[in-house]
Amino acid sequence: MLDVRGLRKVYEGSGRRVEAVRDLTFTVAAGELVCLVGPSGCGKTTLLKCVGGLLEPTAGEVFLAGRKVDGPPPGMAFVFQEYGRSLFPWMRVGQNVELPLKQKDLGKARRRELVADALASVGLADAAGAYPWQLSGGMQQRVAIARALAYEPEVLLMDEPFAAVDAQTRADLEDLVRRLWRERGITVLFVTHDIDEAVYLGERVIVLSASPTVVREQLKVDLPAERDQLSTRVAPRFAELRTHVYERIQAAKRGVATAKTDTPPPH
Amino acid sequence: MRRLLLRLVFVLALPVVLVAVWWVSSAGSEDVYWPPLRTILETFPDVWTGERWRGDVLPSVLRLTAGYALAAVVGVALGTLIGSYRRVRAVCEPVLEFLRAVPPPVLVPVIMLFAGIGDTMKIVVIASGCVWPVLLNTVEGVRAVDAVMTETARSYGITGAARLKDVVLPSAGPQIFAGLRQALSIGIILMVISEMFAASNGLGFTIVQFQRSFAIPDMWTGILLLGLLGFVLSVLFQLVERRALGWYHGLRAAARRSR
Amino acid sequence: MRGANAALGAAGLAAFLLLAEAVPRLGLVEEDYFPPAGRIADALGTEITDGAFWTALGDTLTGWALGLAIAVGAGIVAGVVLSTVPYLREATASTIEFLRPIPSVALIPLAVLLYGTELESVLLLVVYASFWQVLIQVLYGVQDVDPVAEETARSYGLGPWARIRHVLWPTALPYVMTGVRLAAAVALILTITAELVIGAPGLGARIAVAQTSQAVPEMYALIVVAGLLGLLINVGARSVERRALAWHQSVRGEVAV
Repeated sequence: MLDVRGLRKVYEGSGRRVEAVRDLTFTVAAGELVCLVGPSGCGKTTLLKCVGGLLEPTAGEVFLAGRKVDGPPPGMAFVFQEYGRSLFPWMRVGQNVELPLKQKDLGKARRRELVADALASVGLADAAGAYPWQLSGGMQQRVAIARALAYEPEVLLMDEPFAAVDAQTRADLEDLVRRLWRERGITVLFVTHDIDEAVYLGERVIVLSASPTVVREQLKVDLPAERDQLSTRVAPRFAELRTHVYERIQAAKRGVATAKTDTPPPH
Repeated sequence: MRRLLLRLVFVLALPVVLVAVWWVSSAGSEDVYWPPLRTILETFPDVWTGERWRGDVLPSVLRLTAGYALAAVVGVALGTLIGSYRRVRAVCEPVLEFLRAVPPPVLVPVIMLFAGIGDTMKIVVIASGCVWPVLLNTVEGVRAVDAVMTETARSYGITGAARLKDVVLPSAGPQIFAGLRQALSIGIILMVISEMFAASNGLGFTIVQFQRSFAIPDMWTGILLLGLLGFVLSVLFQLVERRALGWYHGLRAAARRSR
Repeated sequence: MRGANAALGAAGLAAFLLLAEAVPRLGLVEEDYFPPAGRIADALGTEITDGAFWTALGDTLTGWALGLAIAVGAGIVAGVVLSTVPYLREATASTIEFLRPIPSVALIPLAVLLYGTELESVLLLVVYASFWQVLIQVLYGVQDVDPVAEETARSYGLGPWARIRHVLWPTALPYVMTGVRLAAAVALILTITAELVIGAPGLGARIAVAQTSQAVPEMYALIVVAGLLGLLINVGARSVERRALAWHQSVRGEVAV
């Protein structure tokens, strides 16, 4: 579904050259939930913006369902970390969710149906008439997720969406993403700096190096599809996986070169 | 109920006291320049007859409305254009800073040269004085649209006219209204002085006529009427602003509460 | 980046001047109404060698500075008193809302009758118009005082004067500076208005004379001077404001009033 080949991004400006992303190649299969995890400041956001067509890569290509991405494609929806700045405060919740649909040539009835359905599935069926700033942070991020769902994307890109909410809310939102992914069969690319979150959420975890970014390792998460905050997080396999990813990230921070592997760690 | 009553007392008490003081202190006034308030109020209906409303007040208000509306449209349109492009902004900025700094009243003699002393002159004077605060505030507002909001719009394919209508202009709204508010007081000033300078009708013209012919109570009624006009326009503006920027006041209140 | 912007700005300014030269020369507008930039510059050159011009500039500046100083002083004192004496703020709110939007040009006939073309005429208009700008900002600023800080100061037994000095004033200062900046611009507008319409001596009166005697280039030259004066006042006021904001922890947006 999503095919990233040899992606490279160099920022140039006022005599300084910053190589944020060096060389990234990975694929995400249709219906897969993949987490990208890497040390802070490793160019994760840059990477995701290149994938989403918001930034032009210096080299390399991104393909969505076989079509090259140049500019934001209609088949992708983005959920930003800064929910407060990503929702439009002058529109009510329902209007915020509906706005992208107006670009899609859908009838009014169909739009209304999509909005109602998306809000219901994030548990905010009653909030359509409220303004975003009347809601709590977690609820605002739910609205942003609903907006992405109503857009009916093939791929959902999420850029550290839960970094700014409290721990309780965060757990709820993680379960929400798992549930929506399973119910709707969307392809999700989820960027985070939180190792536990990556392992808990992902079917696969891609570990990135420090900037300039390359892929360190791709790791299958062989946890059961049915996960829950209590039992999954104390399962021995969860601990093994997170320890493994943790070590990789620590190594990445130190800049130690390790061989790229695509195999899960031994049991 | 008691709280409402208390509020009413707070709102009305001081104005009533002030008017009463004016009334009593001016009651036996022999000073030609400070006639008794009673005389002024008695003169009011005699001066501002239906004919005067039609012949002076209405033309003034219409000219103000036309000039102000013109300035608002041009200011927002040009401001959006300039604000959207960094290079255009850099080119225009110094010139705009200068043009804005020119005190608007000096436009009256200039525009008289071009447009004579008719309605056109007054409308152009009002428009060309009001346009700068609107324009520069729009530029600021459009420039400062939040980066995340811009990217959100882009990633959801909200471009072109929809982007302008649903993202850029609402986001710049609070700034634009701040500019419109400044423009309103400049507009009233220009309405009055363009009529004082050269006119055959209008509020400003009439008031100066009263002053020149030493019809002092009549002049005072004119001052009162102008003051009332300023107040009414400001109330109207506030009503519109409250409606258009309801979300903004709510957002600010929410931010204050969570602080 | 800054250098590039400055270059673009200079190019814009040059293009503007070129346009102001070319448009009348090419006959796009009548030269009698809009002389080419070169002739305006000549007229400006003649003006600045004329002693009367400097007297007029001095008069304008005097009216502006004096009026602004009175308005700022009165605005601050009134603002602090209104918001520290209990119930005064509520009791005066409606009156302020009524008086503030009254256009000060409405006072022109009164000023003429009372003071003629004297400085007092100018001051009456300038002070009335600028006073509200300062007062409103001071009221906003005092409203912004953190109740916790106020409570803390009270609990440590600070008297009213100390509370004004250490809690209220530092919070309100940035707002006061915004008020002063807005008032400075308004004061110049009203100074020029008074001179232009009433005939009080100053740049405005000189513009009116140039206009009635059909000395068009001189009129434009004086307008340019008025513009430069305005520019200087704006830039100066903004840099003072920024300095006042710099040491203040919260940099906030302008209040729409």
